Amino acid sequence: METVKMTLVQQPELFLECYSVTPDKFAGKSLAEIADLPAHEGKVQWKLGDFFKFEGKSGATAADTKIVVNGDVRRMKRFGQQMTDGEIVINSDADMYIGGWMRGGKITVKGNADSFLGIAMEGGEILIEGDAQNHVGSAYRGDWRGMSGGLIRVKGKAGNDIGTAMTGGTIIIEGDVFIHVLTHAEGGTVIIKGDVEGRVGGQLVKGDAYIFGNLLYPLPGYKMIGTVEKEVDGATYTFDQYIGDLGERKMTKKGEIIYGNIYLKK
Amino acid sequence: MPKVIENVGCPYCGCSCDDVRVTVSDDGKKVLEVENVCAIGTEIFKHGSSDHRIRSPRLRQPDGSMKDITYEEAIEWTAQHLHKAKKPLMYGFGSTNCEGQAAAARTMEAAGGMLDNCATICHGPSFLAIFDNGYPTCTLGEVKNRADVIVYWGSNPAHAHPRHMSRYSIFPRGFFTGKGQKKRTVIVIDPRYTDTANVADYHLQVKQGHDYELFNAFRMVIHGHAADIPDEVAGIKKEQILEVAEIMKNARFGTTFFGMGLTHSDGRNHNIDIAISLTRDLNKVAKWTIMAMRGHYNIAGPGVVWSWTFGFPYCLDLTKKDHAHMNPGETSSVDMAMRDEVDMFINIGTDAGAHFPIPAVKHLKKHPWVTIDPSVCMASEIADLHIPVCICGVDTGGIVYRMDNVPIQFRAVLDPQGLLTDEELLNKIADRLDELNAQEA
Ligand code: SF4
Repeated sequence: METVKMTLVQQPELFLECYSVTPDKFAGKSLAEIADLPAHEGKVQWKLGDFFKFEGKSGATAADTKIVVNGDVRRMKRFGQQMTDGEIVINSDADMYIGGWMRGGKITVKGNADSFLGIAMEGGEILIEGDAQNHVGSAYRGDWRGMSGGLIRVKGKAGNDIGTAMTGGTIIIEGDVFIHVLTHAEGGTVIIKGDVEGRVGGQLVKGDAYIFGNLLYPLPGYKMIGTVEKEVDGATYTFDQYIGDLGERKMTKKGEIIYGNIYLKK
Repeated sequence: MPKVIENVGCPYCGCSCDDVRVTVSDDGKKVLEVENVCAIGTEIFKHGSSDHRIRSPRLRQPDGSMKDITYEEAIEWTAQHLHKAKKPLMYGFGSTNCEGQAAAARTMEAAGGMLDNCATICHGPSFLAIFDNGYPTCTLGEVKNRADVIVYWGSNPAHAHPRHMSRYSIFPRGFFTGKGQKKRTVIVIDPRYTDTANVADYHLQVKQGHDYELFNAFRMVIHGHAADIPDEVAGIKKEQILEVAEIMKNARFGTTFFGMGLTHSDGRNHNIDIAISLTRDLNKVAKWTIMAMRGHYNIAGPGVVWSWTFGFPYCLDLTKKDHAHMNPGETSSVDMAMRDEVDMFINIGTDAGAHFPIPAVKHLKKHPWVTIDPSVCMASEIADLHIPVCICGVDTGGIVYRMDNVPIQFRAVLDPQGLLTDEELLNKIADRLDELNAQEA
């Protein structure tokens, strides 16, 4: 795998949209061609080279290309948007839409990520070493399809709307979460290792939530049906199993109603 | 001879009452009397003929004072700054007509900027819920003529929409509702005992911020899981939930009116989303509709006009010129201001100075700030440039959309005495921007 190192040399005055920073766009290009790729600051179209200096070499394909981003890029959005393969490592906090609509490959952010992390993601892996804000693996506004595949792991805490309208894939938040987990979901798994304030699985048709900490305000639409042992993120734990949302439509399979599940660690 | 003008629209709250009678002096400069209007509506007509109205644009000088300038100078100043800014924001439209809103769309498309309306701080979450879950709504005329069960959830019309209950919902006698209030059941769901709760048959004092749970419980009843509801949900006893659910299920025609209590407590769009889901559930067994209690007389207008222009009702990002983008949280005015993401601000027909969080106003104040508004307000007093315009519904007419998205023709009652309308002003700014863009090209 070849590596392109991009280092910030000029902060934008407002926020910069770095939609061109993906292994797909960098693959097969010279450093000069990469520096010529567009980026928007409001209505002004710049080149990536106006803000970053580039070193190294890109691979022939996205799968062969790794991008390392250095410098304080917290005022930069859309890294890894729609990427299909390869790798991005961001040695900083980053702004919104990290890995939005991502289909494959891996993104690591060594700091915090802002909102809309991995929205409508279809595959691949995102690792955030710090915190994330709101709308992690959710759907874009008005879309009924949130994250459908892949893995998002946030080592810190997250805000609200985790996996809204999710249909598949896995989100792991190792810290606390505020409200709205798997709202409107039709599949997928969310694992929260910290506490959640409430609204887990509201309007949920199908999907599984695992909560290791405290769920302060459980929804009335969930009913406990027993205690189970489950392997989650590499270890086995005992959980109380709740089914629901009993206030939402349900699908049936071979005459059996399919419920969503909330597993609360004992 | 004083002139009496009938069927005038009131440019104040979302009721957009269009049965007002205004008497004006024979020179057309003074409002003498206003009838069929509530206390807050009266004020707007009185304000229209106040001697203290500003009639000339004012530009801030290096010493901090404001100096009167001509409209031409104000248009040039605004167009030049819009042209120069990388990401200008125009926000407001609580008090403008649709013609002004269409001209604003043209201006901000030419400027390549952000365009947003007051829904961003009131019913924006309702839009998001409507995108996600649909909008089984009706008109206020249908409520008046058909509704036998009325729910006000997180809204207090007794104060915010004074004639709502008397013109449209509880008291009027309609075609199928000839007995008026006597045959209607009114349910108010609000953490506070409001003046609206005072006229209700049922007041459910939901625990603040826990409406979502209560909706969930109502939905469980419709989905056949009443037995699984806990003894108390969001501070409401199970028996009362079951009793009110029974009334909802037996409605001939029910309407839920919702307000800021839902859109601006935790969860926001999700509170409306689940309210829409409940409405859909209820339509399996009864006839139910739902409606946002829009705040201003034409705040539904920008949503309609910009949806047909750009495909989105608010929080528009027009910076890419060839396509519009919208994602509240990113493209919403307060979020952009808090993040210091815009470099010019135009406040029009609202008062961001009074309504935005102080850190947001501080960020916006670092950049050129124009206020387009007939009145002196906080936004006009901190602006670099204040451009006074006609008051829609008083000095100029125009189309407005009532809270149920019914368009109504408003009319002018006073002589504008040389003031430009929002539409005229914005089109002149857009004309100038077109020239500047052409020169650059
Ligand atoms: S209810 Fe609203 S629209 Fe009607 S008169 Fe009063 S302020 Fe005006």
